[in-house]
Amino acid sequence: MVYENPEGIKIGLEIHVQLNKLKTKMFCGCSSDYHNAAPNAQTCPICLGLPGTLPVLNKKAVEAAIKVGLALEGEIAEETQFHRKNYFYPDLPKGFQVTQYDFPIVSKGKVVIEGEDGEHVIGITRAHMEEDPGKLVHLGSIEKSKGVLINYNRSGMSLIEIVTEPDIRTPKEARRFLDKLRNILEYLDIFDGNLEGAMRVDANVSVYWGTRVEIKNISSHKGVERALLYEIMRQKNVIRHGGKIIQETRHYDEGRGVTISLRTKEEAEDYRYFREPDLMPMRVVGWIPSVRETLPELPDAKHARFIEEYCITDMHARALTSKIMLADFYESICAKGVDPKIAATWTADVLLGELNYRDLAISSYDGKKIFFLNTKGMKIENSFKVSDMVELVPLFAEGKISDRSAVEVIRSILDSKGEKSPFRIIEEKGLSKAEDDLVSKVVAETIAENTGAVQDYLGGAEKSLNFLVGQVMKKTKGTADAKTAREFLLKGLKG
Amino acid sequence: MAKWMSVAQVKEQIEESSAEEVISGYLEVIKKSKINGYITVSEKAIEQAKKIDDEGQDGLLAGVPIAIKDNISVKGLPNSCGSRILEGYIPPFNAHVVEKLLVAGAVILGKTNMDEFAMGSSTETSYFGPTANPWDLERVPGGSSGGSAAVIAAGEAPLALGSDTGGSVRCPAAFCGVVGLKPTYGVVSRYGVVAYANSLEQVGPLANNVADIAILMDVIAGYDRRDSTSIDRKMAYQKALVNDVKGLKIGIPKEFFGEGIHPDVEKAVWNSIHKYEGLGATWEEVSMPNIKYALASYYIIAMSEASSNLARFDGTRYGFRNNGENWNAMVSKTRAEGFGTEVKRRILLGTYALSAGYHDKYYLKALKVRTLVKQDFDRALAKIDLLMAPTMPNPAFKIGEKIEDPLTLYLSDVNTCPINLAGVPSISISCGFTDGLPIGLQIIGRPFEELTVLRAAYTFEQITDYHTKRPLEVA
Amino acid sequence: MITKEDVEHIGWLARIDINEQEKVEFMEKLNSVLEYFGQLDELPTEHIIPTYHVAEIYNVFREDVIEECLPQEIVLANTEYKEEGTFRVPKIG
Ligand SMILES: [Mg+2]
Ligand SMILES: [Zn+2]
Repeated sequence: MVYENPEGIKIGLEIHVQLNKLKTKMFCGCSSDYHNAAPNAQTCPICLGLPGTLPVLNKKAVEAAIKVGLALEGEIAEETQFHRKNYFYPDLPKGFQVTQYDFPIVSKGKVVIEGEDGEHVIGITRAHMEEDPGKLVHLGSIEKSKGVLINYNRSGMSLIEIVTEPDIRTPKEARRFLDKLRNILEYLDIFDGNLEGAMRVDANVSVYWGTRVEIKNISSHKGVERALLYEIMRQKNVIRHGGKIIQETRHYDEGRGVTISLRTKEEAEDYRYFREPDLMPMRVVGWIPSVRETLPELPDAKHARFIEEYCITDMHARALTSKIMLADFYESICAKGVDPKIAATWTADVLLGELNYRDLAISSYDGKKIFFLNTKGMKIENSFKVSDMVELVPLFAEGKISDRSAVEVIRSILDSKGEKSPFRIIEEKGLSKAEDDLVSKVVAETIAENTGAVQDYLGGAEKSLNFLVGQVMKKTKGTADAKTAREFLLKGLKG
Repeated sequence: MAKWMSVAQVKEQIEESSAEEVISGYLEVIKKSKINGYITVSEKAIEQAKKIDDEGQDGLLAGVPIAIKDNISVKGLPNSCGSRILEGYIPPFNAHVVEKLLVAGAVILGKTNMDEFAMGSSTETSYFGPTANPWDLERVPGGSSGGSAAVIAAGEAPLALGSDTGGSVRCPAAFCGVVGLKPTYGVVSRYGVVAYANSLEQVGPLANNVADIAILMDVIAGYDRRDSTSIDRKMAYQKALVNDVKGLKIGIPKEFFGEGIHPDVEKAVWNSIHKYEGLGATWEEVSMPNIKYALASYYIIAMSEASSNLARFDGTRYGFRNNGENWNAMVSKTRAEGFGTEVKRRILLGTYALSAGYHDKYYLKALKVRTLVKQDFDRALAKIDLLMAPTMPNPAFKIGEKIEDPLTLYLSDVNTCPINLAGVPSISISCGFTDGLPIGLQIIGRPFEELTVLRAAYTFEQITDYHTKRPLEVA
Repeated sequence: MITKEDVEHIGWLARIDINEQEKVEFMEKLNSVLEYFGQLDELPTEHIIPTYHVAEIYNVFREDVIEECLPQEIVLANTEYKEEGTFRVPKIG
């Protein structure tokens, strides 16, 4: 099957990725861990752009850029340098942004995604380094603002801007690309996608192979998908009513789910790029071999290895490698000699499902436990241990607890904020699987107490057996194994 | 107390009395000043001197006062750059050179007047009014470090720091009859120096004599990890203070003696060259055909870089702010009133030179011409040791004489700005007088060969007395 | 030659308010300087490599080591337009 792209949609993305795992900002020694700092308290003369200050480039930012380049299978520039992009905006303390222009550090990469018609390659035009501006808070809405408050804590954070070819054909592909990219970047350990503002996206989109429109600064992957859906609909409407699409920049209003025109091409800024005279050019291709050595196994490779090594399904492997922390967590469980297939089911299906239900995302993994964030990106006092799975999986595998009980144990661990162990929960709740004597005793009781259902079954109503199994489970508070209960019932009824 | 002292004499005075007494002596002189050389006089100078007296300091400049150009950040002192737009701004950090001075025990007397953002050659464009030339109070002291040169000439400080983007240390040194050095690009850290044109400028020392320049260089020069253009090279500048030029090969670039040069200036410079010849040096004429394009190239580059450097002055975080109905209006009005006319001209020209459609015609072209100018220097300095030329084609002009016509003013940098394009070191020393106004001799060396430049300048001082002459107007 | 409209446009790019009278003055003075700059056109430079910097230095970096920040009150000390630790400016529009 080939996806025909009937509406001639072309989407290209520009993604600003904050290198928030570096200890310091791009050009100064201010800590990059600013999210909980008081406003403007994580700044210095350099990132405030005070007169006379000079930038000195963080070596780790360059290494990170090379890592990204290699992970995206791009080319690293022989010689590269910084430029000034001159424009006025209150979040820009120097009146220009230090960025790269004609010689980006990375060019010609690619990312393979699960497209509308199977594997689909998204070309990466370039990836370059630049500094983040500060953050503005508009008093009131952006249009009816009474004033603007500026916090420069974010100013000077290292960014990598990744620009794709217009190879994306649907909003869903855009979202999949972003998910994949985020996953790769997290594997590289240069970026924590959970932090606010860690990944900001500009999307270019056109319909019927026509004029493109840029949508600026969308903060979530879901937002990108929605903004694109809206914008495609808007452009199609304009054309249906005989209008023409003009090249312009639009803003996505997340609350109302619409895009609003910001400026047309005629009003476009003249950035007056020129080489940043305070920074020297770089020749870093010599670093490639040593940086390559630090490259981790990337998601696709890990996915393939999981299937091969642990004999798990494609779906489980995909789920388990969708986040580096989860993959590591899973492998720690397997390393303890636990059945990898069962561990995969309980991790990918049950634990992940439970986290989804609770709106929790995995925030980190310290080798022993995974920790969580809520939807607002706040750290939650809760965790789940490797040892929890290591205890639980054999109990289930050896038939000592029922699958219902195992689910109950996982829920209870999360309910107890990771405090209680599976053994303790099983003991407290009496979730140990009922012994066969007990089951046969309860089966006898059930047959005696439900003569009507028994008659129905014997009269040919197969469904009545399910009812009877249910009654046994009820009486044993779910500790009985449903399969055993059924077997015993059948025996009793024949008997 | 003697009014004009060398560093050695200041130190003797401190031995005899105290740093506190020496500093208060200078503060007294400054109080009676007729030249408007200082924008800010430090209230902490006496305190600093007392501390040095109490604690004993054995730094190279222990207790020695120094004046700092008002574009070099001193923590706790206003840093105006001679502009209204920095009204009230006090830097919370020290420039690298200031840190070095403080470690060496120097006492900061105050911040000196300058052309607004170092854009000028006369110190007339300062928001704080012009500085007068101590040799003739109706004349300019040169610029842009006019305050720094004038306070030395007037005996209001024995040492000063300036900055030289296209001649801003050497021009006022020549006009005020003092010594001023522009070091090789990269030798002195620019950290904390408010940028005018990053790829061209260096901090430079000013003093009454060459020996003091060498001492000051020993303090301020050296690698700084905060300046990516800083060069890691150790040099002992005082070692250059040797009275010997035998065998030195001097080149005389005829392009530096172009039309419009004052005959007395030409005479004084040739007179100096013959003195060197008498001391065993040799000279020959050299040709530097692209020098005539240097001025245009220099101004395009400087203005382009400046248009970007000065974008940060938007009234948002510090300094002067005008009201406006929205941010863009506030910024446009702040900059309209905060900057003087010459600064605005240069920002507009620099913006134009970088703008879409003109970048290649002006900015890129200027950078290519810079290559040709630099090649001229490389070629000339390959076969000779030093170049000598007039620092300024004319002596100090009258206040108000050139201010109306920017191009005329720009043309006075014709002999100084090529040096900044090439990044080489150059010193201006006093080599004569015309109508009671000093004349400057410019000695230009190979990159990082400040020692040769200083040796030649020092030797000249040993057989001449120009550097001992003092202006009567302020005596 | 630049026109009054050019001056206006450059003024906007540089965020400098220029009144009608100034526009004419700037236009004249800027044109005289630009005319002088025009002398560079006579010099053929097609194959000349531009000199951005005289120093041929490459690869200047700092290590990723945390240094002290400025206290908030020092950061805000140079302005009276502040609010709850932030800088306050008029709306953008
Ligand atoms: Mg960008
Ligand atoms: Zn900082």
